[in-house]
Amino acid sequence: MTALKGTGPLETTKAGGQPAESEGRTIYRRPSLLSNPTSYCPGCGHGIIHRLVAEVLEELGLGERTILVGSVGCSVFAYDYLALDAVESPHGRAPAVATGVKRVRPDRVVFTYQGDGDLAAIGSAEILHAAARGERITVIFVNNGIYGMTGGQMAPTTLIGQRTTSSPTGRDPAVAGYPLPVTELLSLLPGVAYAARVSVADPGLIGRAKAAIRRAFEVQLEDTGLAIVEVLSTCPVGWGMTPTEAMDHLAHEVMDAYPTGTFTDRGKGIAPAMPAPAGKRTAAGGANRPQPAEA
Amino acid sequence: MAVLDRSAVTDRERAAASPPETGGEASPASPLPDRVLMKGNEAIAEAAIAAGCDAYFGYPITPQAELLEWMARRMPEEGRVFVQAESELAAINMALGAAATGARVLVSSSSPGISLMAEGMSYMAGSRLPVVLVNVMRGGPGLGSIGAAQGDYFQATKGHGHGDYNVPVLAPASIAEAIDLVGDAFVLAERYRTPVMILADGILGQAMEPVAPHFRSIPRLPADWTVEGASGREPRVLKSLSLRAEDLERQNLVLQANFAEIAARESRWAGESLDDAEVIVVAYGTAARVARTAVQRARDDGLRAGLFRPITLWPFPAAALRAAAAGARAVLAVELSAGQMVEDVRLAIEGAVPVFHHGRMGGMVPRPDEVVTAMRRAWSVTLGDDPDRASGGVR
Repeated sequence: MTALKGTGPLETTKAGGQPAESEGRTIYRRPSLLSNPTSYCPGCGHGIIHRLVAEVLEELGLGERTILVGSVGCSVFAYDYLALDAVESPHGRAPAVATGVKRVRPDRVVFTYQGDGDLAAIGSAEILHAAARGERITVIFVNNGIYGMTGGQMAPTTLIGQRTTSSPTGRDPAVAGYPLPVTELLSLLPGVAYAARVSVADPGLIGRAKAAIRRAFEVQLEDTGLAIVEVLSTCPVGWGMTPTEAMDHLAHEVMDAYPTGTFTDRGKGIAPAMPAPAGKRTAAGGANRPQPAEA
Repeated sequence: MAVLDRSAVTDRERAAASPPETGGEASPASPLPDRVLMKGNEAIAEAAIAAGCDAYFGYPITPQAELLEWMARRMPEEGRVFVQAESELAAINMALGAAATGARVLVSSSSPGISLMAEGMSYMAGSRLPVVLVNVMRGGPGLGSIGAAQGDYFQATKGHGHGDYNVPVLAPASIAEAIDLVGDAFVLAERYRTPVMILADGILGQAMEPVAPHFRSIPRLPADWTVEGASGREPRVLKSLSLRAEDLERQNLVLQANFAEIAARESRWAGESLDDAEVIVVAYGTAARVARTAVQRARDDGLRAGLFRPITLWPFPAAALRAAAAGARAVLAVELSAGQMVEDVRLAIEGAVPVFHHGRMGGMVPRPDEVVTAMRRAWSVTLGDDPDRASGGVR
């Protein structure tokens, strides 16, 4: 049912009101890499996803060598809540910024945290080419199907028929096209080592989301290519719903349209068969081209 | 070629109002070693490598493509980072990320690509990230042409992107000077934590000139602001964002104080034959090469002409120009544009001396004789100090 009433990872009080210490078992503690309580709207998924990232980095012991590349949108507040070294990006450019960081500091763990307007619209070129180059970065892609920060406008990920402030009668594919399945598209590229879609609609799904985020950082340590986790999330204010309704909507409407699962995990043999135009390393590929003369 | 008919050696001995303290082996007094013939784009690239450039990001565009190609070959040889980006947008943002770690970064492009980099420049200025950006200017607006032009002066000196910021802009007039200025640009970028632009043009990028292979290495400053993972210290965030008005104003005041210091300390220029000059030509880059020839021809013809050549376009050497022009009868700005730098010339001179402009556009370069004619016209329509001339020739 609704995640907010459940037990498990989301529970923020000690089980049964008993001090956890007396049972010798910690049910919940704030990850050390989460610095401040978030100011996100009630029912927003960012707080959950921030916590999952913080837990994973802490459990992997990576906090002190990780650099966060921020983005623009509600996720711009991640700087305030994740106790990590961080660098700002212009809207959509986080994968390019992360490329710059990682290329000069390959010994560091570098990840972007981007929303769907940022990654799937204005930053579509940057994510596509970072993926094509196989940059050794991790991408946390939070998809709530809307531009939350600017007042709930239509995003490339907005569902058909969904009402937003810029599609007031519902997204009409005749004029606004179709939702963009970015993660499936990226999963085909040989430079992408890991691509998965998860959801935060209930505690079980949140546990699976954490496992995917963990795997996406492990893949970076394996140095095999770009890792992306799309996290389906909520925007109760932008959707015009209560937090409970929004979680319900996420669990049904959104997850029906965007299937969750692991699309690519090359290290574990999950690799969609896309014929990659790799060339044959012949003259046409440039290998036989005369080398420039020495200066 | 007319614009290249002079020696490449610049008048550096008069050049510096306040030269940056650069390290390495800058020793102009020592005898020059053998000279090599280098293309401007390649010389700039090699100078950056010698300076200690850790990473280069670029995208092909004429007339700067050789710079990218040189880096594609040389940077991996040196074990450094080269990435051909998918766009100039991506290139400048890769530079942003690399610079945030404290790496020494070079980016290059030409006019249309610089427009795409404007966003990243604004962010880097706001986040105080050093980078050296080379603009090998071509004809505009729009796709324009691939010929040499100086139509990007406003863009370079009045800010590329949004917001209140400036970046130092260095304008070489020869390939030898471009080599020097690459090292200086890295010094300025790191000393002031700011983007720095080298404003060249298609001729400087494409032409070959003999240069001394005398490239400087630049020492590194300690940096306590870089991101590398928060190990044993509080996390650092490099950003321009500041949503509270009071905070953002404070942040802007810090930037402005930095700009004021740059303006006070780093303006540079070179002059020739200024002491008794009646007509002073103000020109930079390739236009200054033409102007120099024109000034010499005018002198040969009996017109007392002088050349004032800004090396920093921002900060514009306004006080020096005002002083140099104090005894002159007319000032003539010569540009490969419709008239952009001439606005800074007028601001500098504050009406004390009449200011004229001669410009060509679209890749056209004025002939020296054309500039001499413009100088004579400026002389003839101004009054000067001689009362006999005061009545005649006013248009």
